[in-house]
Amino acid sequence: MSILVNKQTKLLVQGITGREGAFHTQKMIEAGTQVVAGVTPGKGGTLDANGVPIFDTVAQAVAATGANASIIFVPPPFAADAMLESFDAFVPLVVCITEGIPIHDMIRVHDRLKTSQSRLIGPNCPGLITPGEAKLGIMPAHIFKRGNVGMISRSGTLTYELVAELSSRGLGISTCVGIGGDPIIGTPFIDCLKLFESDPETELVVMAGEIGGSDEETAADYIKSMTKPVVAFISGRTAPPGKRMGHAGAIVSGNKGTAEAKVKALSEAGVPIPLRTYEVIDEVEKQLKQLAKV
Amino acid sequence: MKIHEYQGKLLMEKYQIPTTKGSVADNPADAKRIAQEIGRKVAVKAQVHVGGRGKAGGIKIANTPEEAYEAAKAILGMNIKGLTVKKVLVEEAVDIATEYYLGMLVDRDSKRVIVMASAEGGVEIEEVAERSPEKIAKVWVDPAVGLQDYQIRQLIFGAGFDRRYVKEATSFLRHLYACMIGADADLAEINPLAITQDGRMIAADAKINIDENSLFRHPDLAGWKESEDGHEIEEEATRRGLTFVHLGGNIGIIGNGAGLVMTSLDVVNREGGKPANFLDIGGGAKADVVKNALEIVLMEEGLQGIMINIFGGITRCDEVARGIIHATEGMELNIPVVVRLSGTEEEAGRRILEGSAKFTPAASMQEAAQKVVSLAGLR
Repeated sequence: MSILVNKQTKLLVQGITGREGAFHTQKMIEAGTQVVAGVTPGKGGTLDANGVPIFDTVAQAVAATGANASIIFVPPPFAADAMLESFDAFVPLVVCITEGIPIHDMIRVHDRLKTSQSRLIGPNCPGLITPGEAKLGIMPAHIFKRGNVGMISRSGTLTYELVAELSSRGLGISTCVGIGGDPIIGTPFIDCLKLFESDPETELVVMAGEIGGSDEETAADYIKSMTKPVVAFISGRTAPPGKRMGHAGAIVSGNKGTAEAKVKALSEAGVPIPLRTYEVIDEVEKQLKQLAKV
Repeated sequence: MKIHEYQGKLLMEKYQIPTTKGSVADNPADAKRIAQEIGRKVAVKAQVHVGGRGKAGGIKIANTPEEAYEAAKAILGMNIKGLTVKKVLVEEAVDIATEYYLGMLVDRDSKRVIVMASAEGGVEIEEVAERSPEKIAKVWVDPAVGLQDYQIRQLIFGAGFDRRYVKEATSFLRHLYACMIGADADLAEINPLAITQDGRMIAADAKINIDENSLFRHPDLAGWKESEDGHEIEEEATRRGLTFVHLGGNIGIIGNGAGLVMTSLDVVNREGGKPANFLDIGGGAKADVVKNALEIVLMEEGLQGIMINIFGGITRCDEVARGIIHATEGMELNIPVVVRLSGTEEEAGRRILEGSAKFTPAASMQEAAQKVVSLAGLR
């Protein structure tokens, strides 16, 4: 088992003929993903370099191929439209990789998302992967091993750092979800935690948060009721307030979004929050051993 | 993206919001000419991206054009909280009877625009929120339908505005919301919203932040972008398309991906160094990007070491290594540069750097931080 994506995932790629879209389509196929369709308006009826059929609209692609997930690689000016198009075609899972989408566009997208039948991952995220089954994203698949650790993160490369360390110690991932570094995202930590809590394969969850917003605090409340252990990492603990640390969402404004508030909330929920990345993996190892004894 | 008060007022005028009449000057002679045109008492106001300019002496009242000249001369070049004043706004000085507050911003928690009104204007709204939150009326806007009239009434009556000004305040709120959406602002604030002695309602100050991600559809506003605190290295980094934040410490930091760079700062701090900067080269960076990054970091003063932390996913470690070699060619590096390369093409990258004695390799982020701090002699 896993969450959100598996062998049954039939993926359509929005922006399949763009530079990023084409490159990562190839990589996703290599990682075992069933890529069933691509969408590039005006290129419908042709095939991409991997023989994937291209359609002019998402609705056509879904009707013809039964795609049940979509990944978006289109540039920021067109990304909101691309997300809305997928919601409107009832695509159950929509992953938006695009970074730099205007915030008022995301307010409108999020409003529609609430009444749609879709789940949105991202934007400004590396996507998600169930190792050995499907990759809907841009992460380097070769660093992942399959296992019983669920991973959720607001950042891409920090996730790779943690995953590589896990793998080097023989530990693996059930599913890894990069939820995105923007202030407005489709799926916050808490939603992923709920999915991992009910996934039989996942035994422990690693949650990599960062300064800004209050998603970690909201998640902490839910963790109190979880049966599975959670280990957390918070980056930006020494970042000065008022400075945006790369991610649009990673900023301490006034007294909101501080690392202290997140550490406090998570500690109160009984979550260990090591200071260093390798200590996160130490903690994971320790907790998994304890679980094995029980 | 912060914009100056005079720019905010230009935007507000475009959206039919009454503001104080004035113009911007970068020299005393122009300030005098503007004061002459206004033909009455003026305020000369420093245009800097920082609060508290009034207390710092950045706002002066001038009764005559000559006084405006002197005021501008005193304020231009003034240092306010580390920023040099390069422009002043010269505008009619209004005699204020009452100060209100209007503000709207993107609320992360509700994922909507929150609109606030208060009869307690002229002070920081955070202070009011702390002291007497009940004095701030708030509504959240449904993005599909926009700010509704009933919400405007909730704001005006909820905040307890003078009933004689309901019509004017309604117009202000409608137009300010239109301005926020039209200009893709993530913050739009009028504080104070002034009622003058002669009974006019007017935006006496204007604070607007534009969402940088929206600049592709606002070419007219893109020209207003400057480094938020006027920092020269930040401005140069922006010109070179790099995500760079000056922090002022002794260890330069370069990495790929915001989360990894942020974590690098934390680790260096914990090992006893003080990060000089945040610099994210992004995903898939080529050698020239790395070269630019290194050049930018080397502009930092008081640098005692540099840590380069790369986890290659899309980014290739050999590309990064080539960029490092290229940037430092023929350069005498008198500080330690510790390089950690992991992931895609890490072996090739390490081999490229092995040939040069300028660089110290590290196997992990932790090791890199420890090495750079100790080689810099910081512990």
